[in-house]
Amino acid sequence: MIFYLLRRIVYTIPIMIGVAFFCFLLVHISPGDPLVSILPPDASIELQKQLMKLYGFDRPWFEQFATWFWRALHGDLGTSIASGRPVAAEVMRAVGNTLMLACMATLIGFLFGGLFGFVAGYFRDSWVDRIASALSVLGVSVPHYWLGMVLVIIFSSWLMWLPATGAGPGGSGEWAWDWAHIQFMLLPAITMSVIPMGIIARTVRALVADILAQEFVVGLRAKGLTDLGIFMHVVKNAAPTALAVMGLQLGYLLGGSILVETVFSWPGTGLLLNSAIFQRDLPLLQGTILVLATFFVVLNLLVDVLQTTLDPRIQRS
Amino acid sequence: MNTASRADSAPIVSVRDLRVTFNGGKKPVSAVNGVDLSVARGETVALIGESGSGKSVTLRSLLRLHPERRTRIEGRIEVAGEDVLALGSRALADYRGRVASMIFQEPLLALDPVYTVGQQIVESIRRHERISPAEARKRALELFERVRIPSPERRLDAYPHEMSGGMRQRAMIALALACRPQVLLADEPTTALDATVQIQILLLLRELQRELGLAIVFVTHDMGAAVEVADRFAVMYAGRIVEEGPTREVIRNPRHPYTLALMQARADGAMEKGARLASIPGAPPDLAQLPTGCAFAERCTFVQPACLQSRPEAVELGGGHRARCLRTDATAQAVAQSARATANTSILLTETA
Ligand SMILES: Nc1ncnc2c1ncn2[C@@H]1O[C@H](COP(=O)(O)OP(=O)(O)OP(=O)(O)O)[C@@H](O)[C@H]1O
Ligand SMILES: [Mg+2]
Repeated sequence: MIFYLLRRIVYTIPIMIGVAFFCFLLVHISPGDPLVSILPPDASIELQKQLMKLYGFDRPWFEQFATWFWRALHGDLGTSIASGRPVAAEVMRAVGNTLMLACMATLIGFLFGGLFGFVAGYFRDSWVDRIASALSVLGVSVPHYWLGMVLVIIFSSWLMWLPATGAGPGGSGEWAWDWAHIQFMLLPAITMSVIPMGIIARTVRALVADILAQEFVVGLRAKGLTDLGIFMHVVKNAAPTALAVMGLQLGYLLGGSILVETVFSWPGTGLLLNSAIFQRDLPLLQGTILVLATFFVVLNLLVDVLQTTLDPRIQRS
Repeated sequence: MNTASRADSAPIVSVRDLRVTFNGGKKPVSAVNGVDLSVARGETVALIGESGSGKSVTLRSLLRLHPERRTRIEGRIEVAGEDVLALGSRALADYRGRVASMIFQEPLLALDPVYTVGQQIVESIRRHERISPAEARKRALELFERVRIPSPERRLDAYPHEMSGGMRQRAMIALALACRPQVLLADEPTTALDATVQIQILLLLRELQRELGLAIVFVTHDMGAAVEVADRFAVMYAGRIVEEGPTREVIRNPRHPYTLALMQARADGAMEKGARLASIPGAPPDLAQLPTGCAFAERCTFVQPACLQSRPEAVELGGGHRARCLRTDATAQAVAQSARATANTSILLTETA
């Protein structure tokens, strides 16, 4: 097991280097002048050259990459052009917020998706199944931001139960796990949970239906297990795949929430990316993408390891 | 002594006029059409017949394993004094595995792949008895020794896919015996195994049956095996038992034309899994649309107009041997003739030698 883990970790090193290179290149080849956002329109060529030199944009790209990567390894992602603050600090704060939101959304999605999927799979082709299946298709196909806006209209404008935007009372401030703060998280989390809910519901439904059709369920009945006992077996059989799907969904949510975070002004990586793109803040953009990509790779690793430990049939070789 | 033997002679399994109909498809399928079967304590009965004749359906009915909603079961099934068809869901779960249990054809499919074999046996024991996990595991270990699994301690912690086919079937037998049932149902317990392993498993079953006084009903396509192990034969055709009796009696003296055809055909692999009897022209009747008369009439060489009128009742031939046929005499004649023929050839052979 230890060897398996070590090998898996070693495998991720080249992946990470490749990912970093790709992040860098992607941003580097995108058109536009990186300094456009802070230079006054009438700035002299002299000033422009000076700033280019200061940020290192005048050196060849591979040199820029090497310096950037070497610093990134030490936790230094450079300075944001727009705000002048260290990119690492900005990204980490945003990552914290996004992680919170993504975990909450995945949790909601997993709980309800798992429940729907289970019921649908257990009572396949009944009306419960049809409703659950229709809901999950709807969940996957409805646009995120649209749903977010509808929820805001219903719960914030009409009912005035929940705040529409932000991540806490009074604009900024530290996050705390109390109702005053959590209520800000509910609407964006529910909005984001809809896709994983639909996907998990469909996965679990297929899994449960497939497991129940297997001969060993007859075997379990034949030895006298009640429905509850059989339920436990179904859960254990479905768990590895369901958890893997959940992990991947979490990964998608970590990076894929630009629209939702913008709709709800949630100060996460999505909002950060959004502003970095519009302000042409190259160091911030590169840093954010790199951190997100790293998360994705690590999460994939965790999912693989988890699945391997849960399912005895997967060989650890 | 006398009273004891009389108590023993009451059958432990008694099936009366069992009818099983599946309603799932377009037309209802009558897979079993009036099966009567009695099994005494400590007796082994072999169910044989072509593919699709309703052997598995009959066997599974004894544990009521068919999907409840789509299946109609009629008749009466009594096992060890329990009226199986009248049991409530809780009582049914208590009955399964404790009074009667089942061995499946392919243990790799019939065992849960994500639990170790030991866990599954312990679960079964603790489902029916209030004992500690440690004690249950001890019992599981004893069972593994009893079915002669080498290094049993280690094998208890193996997952089904980590064992060989023969070992798995032994583990399956251990699982089935875990709660000391009185009746063991085995649906082709050796079909998925190599020939040498098949014999070992059959011998093991026979031995366990003697030691534990089990009643065994087993389905098989292997006549050779059935002759070795079974006390009694029951031959099924189109959802009915057309002939039954003591093994030797049925083998030597078949009285139903279908049994005779089976005996003559067994040499050319007609009893293989999934095979239809090629040596008899025609095919078994459509189970969704059974004829009013004898189901075999269409393929039978001795058929008479009377055969097409109504389903023949059982004809008692003595010694528990009975056949559902109007022409038992014709079959007997045919058997005698072929016996004379073989006798003649052997005489000829000895004379020329
Ligand atoms: N759950 C079910 N739903 C509908 N039809 C079924 C079901 N189970 C069995 N049947 C049908 O009942 C008939 C008898 O099947 P059964 O499995 O008892 O045959 P068998 O004698 O065991 O054959 P084999 O030797 O191939 O195992 C078949 O025609 C089969 O298609
Ligand atoms: Mg069968």
